[in-house]
Amino acid sequence: MKKLKNMNKNTKSNLLTYMMVIVTYVIVQIFIATGNMSSLMEGLLVPVCTYVILAVSLNLTVGILGELSLGHAGFMCVGAFASALFSLGMKDSIENDLLRFIVAILIAAVSAAVAGILVGIPVLRLKGDYLAIVTLAFGEIIKNFINAIYLGVDANGLHFSMKDTMSLGMEADGKILIKGAQGITGTPHCSNFTIGVILIMLSLVIINNLVNSRTGRAVMSIRDNRIAAESVGINITKYKLIAFTISASLAGVAGALYAHNLSTLMATPKNFGYNMSIMILVFVVLGGIGNMRGSVIAAVLLTLLPELLRGLADYRMLIYAIVLIFMMLFNWSPQFIDFRKKMMSKFKNKKKAEKEA
Amino acid sequence: MKMKKLLSLVLTAAMTATLLVGCGGSEGSSDVVTTDGANVFKIGAIGPTTGSAAVYGSAVMNGAQIAVDEINAAGGINGMTIELNCQDDECDAEKSVNAYNTLTDWGMQALVGTTTSGCCVAVAAEAAQDNTFLLTPSGSAVECIAYDNAFRVCFSDPNQGIASAQYIGQNGIASKVAVIYDSSDVYSSGIYEKFAAEAANQGVEIVAAEAFTADNKTDFSVQIQKAKDSGAELVFLPIYYTEASLILAQADQLGYKPMFFGCDGLDGILGVENFNTALAEDVMLLTPFAADAQDELTKKFVATYNEKFGETPNQFAADAYDAVYIIKAAAEKAGLKAGMTPSEVCDALVPVMTEITVNGLTGEGMTWSADGEPSKAPKAVKIKDGVYTAM
Repeated sequence: MKKLKNMNKNTKSNLLTYMMVIVTYVIVQIFIATGNMSSLMEGLLVPVCTYVILAVSLNLTVGILGELSLGHAGFMCVGAFASALFSLGMKDSIENDLLRFIVAILIAAVSAAVAGILVGIPVLRLKGDYLAIVTLAFGEIIKNFINAIYLGVDANGLHFSMKDTMSLGMEADGKILIKGAQGITGTPHCSNFTIGVILIMLSLVIINNLVNSRTGRAVMSIRDNRIAAESVGINITKYKLIAFTISASLAGVAGALYAHNLSTLMATPKNFGYNMSIMILVFVVLGGIGNMRGSVIAAVLLTLLPELLRGLADYRMLIYAIVLIFMMLFNWSPQFIDFRKKMMSKFKNKKKAEKEA
Repeated sequence: MKMKKLLSLVLTAAMTATLLVGCGGSEGSSDVVTTDGANVFKIGAIGPTTGSAAVYGSAVMNGAQIAVDEINAAGGINGMTIELNCQDDECDAEKSVNAYNTLTDWGMQALVGTTTSGCCVAVAAEAAQDNTFLLTPSGSAVECIAYDNAFRVCFSDPNQGIASAQYIGQNGIASKVAVIYDSSDVYSSGIYEKFAAEAANQGVEIVAAEAFTADNKTDFSVQIQKAKDSGAELVFLPIYYTEASLILAQADQLGYKPMFFGCDGLDGILGVENFNTALAEDVMLLTPFAADAQDELTKKFVATYNEKFGETPNQFAADAYDAVYIIKAAAEKAGLKAGMTPSEVCDALVPVMTEITVNGLTGEGMTWSADGEPSKAPKAVKIKDGVYTAM
């Protein structure tokens, strides 16, 4: 107990986050085991994990690095397509689902990281609004580029085209892997809640440890005062790139989870466009910039909310927006924070008074 | 710190509570199935009713609703009343699976859906796992019915492409053809691919194939100019009517007057607001449904639809209307009784699907093969004096 008290405030907060995830996981597992889980909720578990990882990883860029990125869905897209392509191609070669999925996740992480570096090198020279706009553009480029790819495999090897399936020149027995706008079909269904939660824990551990390391402090010093950081000899570009790449790579992992949960993968404006990037940013802002636990909670709530509102039919998106506005106000408007504090102190005083009495 | 802790505690509680709420709902609905499901047959429908593709989803919902009302008024299926539950999927595969799961919780016994191809592929995989009967009114991609439990009402994309090329080739309509298609759309690129493959066999030469994407679909002057320069006699438009109406108007401005030929997506072009229907004169299209057709069934359907929803139904509505009647025909043939589980319903319906013949809005004497494809003849129609006339 004493040890717990002496513990660093950060470590304590991190432990609380981990505990929260684990407790939720156990509760959900109990519900599934006792058959009390509706199929809607069961179907939502993996998407929730995906969005939690996305929110946490974007929080690294927005909260810790302090740069506004609007292209996060693009990195998710890269991860999703790279891993789905691998899984589809290796369906017959690697029999073990779990092994193949783990390799697919690693491939997603690496390919998204590479995309992160490629985008990061030119982009991170900018700051503020400029960076936001350029990342937005890169996110769209990634989506549109993937929409134009045609890839097939036959006895002669791989065929690649940017035009249409006819120009692939495939043999009759060939298999088309990526079919332009129609994307990838037939990805094996490997994602499950347990793997999702393990990946959430991994992302949280990676980010929390990064933040409390020498590198993390260097990154935060750039956020807080760029000139001061530069003056003490911190390599700005390098540290910015490190944080940005890790963030992209975790988004790629989320993409792999997303791709292996659905049997079809298309890069539509809905799932990988800037709407999605902004959605992820909403999770981060609602949860609190730089607050990992907040991101987790916000992502869970905002993913479940529209589905729980299904009873309202066509009004649900309207209600969803109103609820979102109120949640933002309640959490972050200065007046509301004051109000909450007042209520809290009243509550405390009352308790104290009761104790004394 | 304490406040933060309290807050996080409250939020965790809220999180668990939301999960519980969801569960409570499911328990309630599953009770409904067993207790007062006595004389009810539950059909679910999925399609986008919000977002950019809302037109199609709403049409499917409306069409299905009309069929359900008619059947219920006439005594239902084997004495069972049909209950219809429509869910929105925003044209997103992930949301579509959520909608499917919502319907499963509700106790759906057969699914009319989903409306769009991409979503349908994802939902079909889930439905196959649960062994739920799926009949998509308008999911035209090949993979939509990859599983044994899935059937469709509309033509598949390849079929439309092949049929169009054959029609043009065999009737000697044109030998030089230009194609303008949407490369970011599954429907459009699917038709184009098969059209191009079959055109070669038919002695039809494709002199220009110009693509546009969903992000860039208001100005077609470049594509039209290229088609014009290539000397094409006919422009093939395997696209939806909104873009087609723009192409027709812009081609007219450029003084280019080739023949235009389209697929079922072009149905509805006469209803576009502010569109000069004179431009659509002589446009040919292959479609299973024309709202102006003069047979009894179509006339009645169009009148009811107009009265209820205040607009002329498009092909999606007709497909959904037929889908409900197809399920009725199959259910009657299989002798379905009330209170069967979705899996039992599916096992009973799948074998009889290949045996039934249905006369519907979108085809006379429709039959199905075991792989789920419908067999019906596409009708070629030409727009004459602002109305569709059979060719």
